[in-house]
Amino acid sequence: MTWTWLIGAVLFLVLAPVIGGLIAGIDRRITARMQGRVGPPILQPFYDVGKLFEKESVVVTTAQNFYILAYLIFIALSGALFFAGGDLLLIIFAFTLAHVFLVLGAYAVHSPYSHIGAERELIQLMAYEPMIILAAVGLYMITNSFYVVDIAVSTVPAILYLPGVFLGFATILTIKLRKSPFDISTSHHAHQEIVKGITTEFSGSTLAQVEIAHWYENVFLLGFIYLFFAWNPVIGIIAVVVTYLAEIFIDNVTARVRWQAALKSGWLAAVLGLVNLAILSYMMLGGA
Amino acid sequence: MSTMAFLKRSPWILHYDASSCNGCDIEVLACLTPLYDVERFGIINTGNPKHADILLITGGINAQNREVVENIYEQIPEPKVVIAVGACAATGGVFRECYNIVGGIDKVIPVDVYVPGCAARPEQIIDGVVKALGILEEKRGKMAGAARTKEEARHAEQAGEST
Repeated sequence: MTWTWLIGAVLFLVLAPVIGGLIAGIDRRITARMQGRVGPPILQPFYDVGKLFEKESVVVTTAQNFYILAYLIFIALSGALFFAGGDLLLIIFAFTLAHVFLVLGAYAVHSPYSHIGAERELIQLMAYEPMIILAAVGLYMITNSFYVVDIAVSTVPAILYLPGVFLGFATILTIKLRKSPFDISTSHHAHQEIVKGITTEFSGSTLAQVEIAHWYENVFLLGFIYLFFAWNPVIGIIAVVVTYLAEIFIDNVTARVRWQAALKSGWLAAVLGLVNLAILSYMMLGGA
Repeated sequence: MSTMAFLKRSPWILHYDASSCNGCDIEVLACLTPLYDVERFGIINTGNPKHADILLITGGINAQNREVVENIYEQIPEPKVVIAVGACAATGGVFRECYNIVGGIDKVIPVDVYVPGCAARPEQIIDGVVKALGILEEKRGKMAGAARTKEEARHAEQAGEST
């Protein structure tokens, strides 16, 4: 029984890159179909990462590789803690620390584009951090536990108590998945704007590590979505799929906003979550 | 690692307009549209030389962008190929007599594939990229081979030192 947490962590570490890569491939295919194109093969993200490992390693500042490795390790760690059923607060702190390493990596080099990307990443961090913590608090309020293992087996339909928190979390999920309208730090779809933002100076295997970390991150975030629907696994998986499809749709129909609007949206989402939690605590007090 | 060939399945292109009249540029961008959709082959139009595998240049070199082209070429990690798209990129085209034009791209950096035409058609450009993939694969093989020889030499040297 004490070993079950380890199984979740190991399964995540091994399977998340595979699942994350497949999700990225399906994402690109659906995006292409939405734009009336055929799109790349489903396995394209794996070809891309494989290619990046074949390329020459061009490093300006050696510290950047260290920071990116730390980014990858801490993203994987926070995801592994999550699937091991660990403490949500610890997971969120490890997750934030990972992004601090990414920002430090982008600041370590001497490219103005990389620095702009790093600044924008910090703004994104400020935008989503309040909401992600509120989501953990909300789940705590209805299950009386910060532990994923307890929340996942809870029979309380979290989504019915936390619709505002869920909507807020879905909003910041757009920031986290690096999708339009909040794709401001990597400039994924607008290549000429700030070259490639935070990843401008990373190439070859370093860029591949950033990509793999992003796959880990996506699987972890989708797992977080599942927690809102954990009382019914079937509905949970359907909800995760529908949420991700909605994110792809939003990515394709919206234009990117400026960083001010991204920050305001993130905090508006947090206000929505706060209102939800306030009503919830009022109801709980009334009920008691 | 060297036996796997992901490179030709995932060529990322950096498009640079040297001094094109925009005719070829529009044809290059047409390749990204739903009609031709080069992303089918994993081709991505990146804006960053450090992420690129293929440098695709339209127009001839002029006196002012000579250093820019050299700089971009230097920044692309090996293995890399250069495609000169259009008559101007090949020879300077109708502008070759102009006072500011140096000539075709090969006056400044080595070119691997020439795509003729004024303007080059999207089908021709895609064909040129596919040709370039073969050359890219060849260069990757050579690079992996050179790395292996170097590694073996280093091991041999170490073995020699230890005895």
